[in-house]
Amino acid sequence: MHNGTSYLPRAQLGSLLEALRTAGYRCVGPQVRDGAIVYDSLDDVTALPYGWHDRQAPGRYRLESDVSPRCFAWANGPQALKPLVFRPEERQWRARRDAGGALSFEPLLPAAERIAVIGVRACDLAALELQDRHFLGDGVRDGQYAARRANLFLVAVHCVSPADTCFCVSTGDGPRAERGYDLALGELDDGFLIDAGSEAGAALLRGLPVSPASAGQGAVVDAEIARGAARQSRALPGRDLRAALFAALDHPRWDAVAERCLSCGNCTSVCPTCFCYSATDEPTLQGDASEHGRRWDSCFSRGHSYIHGLVVRADTRGRYRQWLTHKLGSWHEQYGRSGCVGCGRCIAWCPVGIDITEEAAAICAAAPDG
Amino acid sequence: MASAPRPSEPAMLPRAAEVVERRTESRTIFTLRLRLVDSDAAFEFAPGQFNMLYLHGVGEVPISIVSDPEDRSVIDHTIRAVGRVTHGLADLKPGDRLGLRGPFGRGWPLAAARGQDIIIVTGGLGCAPTVSVIHYVVRRRAHYGRLTVIQGVKHAEDLIWREQYAQWSALPDTEVLIAADEGASLWPFHVGRVTELFGRIQADPANAVAMMCGPEGMMRAAAAGLEALGLPTTAIWLSMERSMQCAVGHCGHCQFGGRFVCKDGPVFRYHDVQALLAEPGF
Repeated sequence: MHNGTSYLPRAQLGSLLEALRTAGYRCVGPQVRDGAIVYDSLDDVTALPYGWHDRQAPGRYRLESDVSPRCFAWANGPQALKPLVFRPEERQWRARRDAGGALSFEPLLPAAERIAVIGVRACDLAALELQDRHFLGDGVRDGQYAARRANLFLVAVHCVSPADTCFCVSTGDGPRAERGYDLALGELDDGFLIDAGSEAGAALLRGLPVSPASAGQGAVVDAEIARGAARQSRALPGRDLRAALFAALDHPRWDAVAERCLSCGNCTSVCPTCFCYSATDEPTLQGDASEHGRRWDSCFSRGHSYIHGLVVRADTRGRYRQWLTHKLGSWHEQYGRSGCVGCGRCIAWCPVGIDITEEAAAICAAAPDG
Repeated sequence: MASAPRPSEPAMLPRAAEVVERRTESRTIFTLRLRLVDSDAAFEFAPGQFNMLYLHGVGEVPISIVSDPEDRSVIDHTIRAVGRVTHGLADLKPGDRLGLRGPFGRGWPLAAARGQDIIIVTGGLGCAPTVSVIHYVVRRRAHYGRLTVIQGVKHAEDLIWREQYAQWSALPDTEVLIAADEGASLWPFHVGRVTELFGRIQADPANAVAMMCGPEGMMRAAAAGLEALGLPTTAIWLSMERSMQCAVGHCGHCQFGGRFVCKDGPVFRYHDVQALLAEPGF
């Protein structure tokens, strides 16, 4: 894949953004806003979250800062790549009705904007791979997703600061970015180790003021990644829980979690693999045209399972059970693996602090039929 | 890794269709006969598949196709006015335009069922998907064995296509059995559940295919009744309903365990969905 790791001094980080802009990309990167790490347009490296760290726990997300020279010493924020490829809300096609009543339809594809994302985590790369399978795999390809995805350049940063809510080691998706990136960075105090993971990444790397990295520098990054991995205390009880979950559909724990769950849908909004959307139609006031589009939906909403007067999942128990049995169970049937990448967002952003690893362990451990 | 963008898939963009005829079937049920406005466009489908019908400015709904697949010129949809879009569709008149995406999903196993006895069990108002099968078999009567149609309705007044049932029952080797949970005066058929009519099925259970559509409780009871007659669960098929907004397996609403009803169904082998069907909430 690559012939050797390069070293980019911290003072030269701006050259990466400059090279990406020259290559035609709008840079998007992590920044501190409203007390969280968010990904937005990044014009200058000084906007990166230097010295910021996240403290996450069930139902809790807080940022703290210190004098650390690093800008990637945090785990994640509520969103990363998903909103860039699968927009929370977007138009898909427009219908026009002429004076004679004739209808015509035109696709509304997004402008082909090239976006480079700086600071992508391994868990988010794994989630993107899953969304690729869903929207671009066998069957009909999603035009909106395909157009955005094809124009994405991904600069990963190996995660050395997992939050207490992280469990990517147990899902096998992190903390080291192993694939799916164009460039991968390992952060040191004084600079970055860079590996290319694609032709586009290699081409970009050739234009940067880099020097060959030393074995010692590589060892420092490896050790920090290993230390971060070892710090993860949460884990799912297995990578394929399909049999265990579907054998436990009557488990009393579903009632217990439904007592706490608000059915608010925060978990599905922050989940980087959740793909449900609902259709929207917005006619003009004159009625001559109408735009058909979509908006993220959640299996925790009442409307999600509505069919002509009947709601299949009227109660919270049924909705939580649908979400968990799908995420950790029936995903295997659909896409060959679990739908969870261990990012822990659903734990931190749940207003009542429901912990997916705890619920899965309780339900799978005591499945009536093993 | 990433692949080149290409324009929106044809399956994602509606085509313009025109209402050729509108037939009233009951107070709330009507049939729209459509033709694609672009006459060059061939429309091929299998009985049991569905289209997404788009009412301008309002939205799309999944509706099963009831016409004969060999008739390429018109496409019939029988619709019950129940929500915003279907109430709007009920107001369409001949000459009006709407959008059509499709066909979608997997239909009935009609090729595999050739030469076998056919048992159709339908309940409530969900009979449209099976009506396409009955039409199909009736028009190819020699290719199939004995045809038994069992239709259950809640109230006697819900029964539509009464003349058609009378015509079918006059065909050779064909039996039509009708039941209403609640009868009415002069109701000539059975009062009670469809499963109470199963004793009158004359099909050869070792050489029969059953196809069902209707409320899931009814279909589970019917499947149990058919099993009791000796049909294996692999010979029992059913058409399922879930919320469907994209029809291509993306929007997630129709998921039934690991299956997407819109693309893996709506017709399933009972054997494959039996376990989860018994579980409310999926």
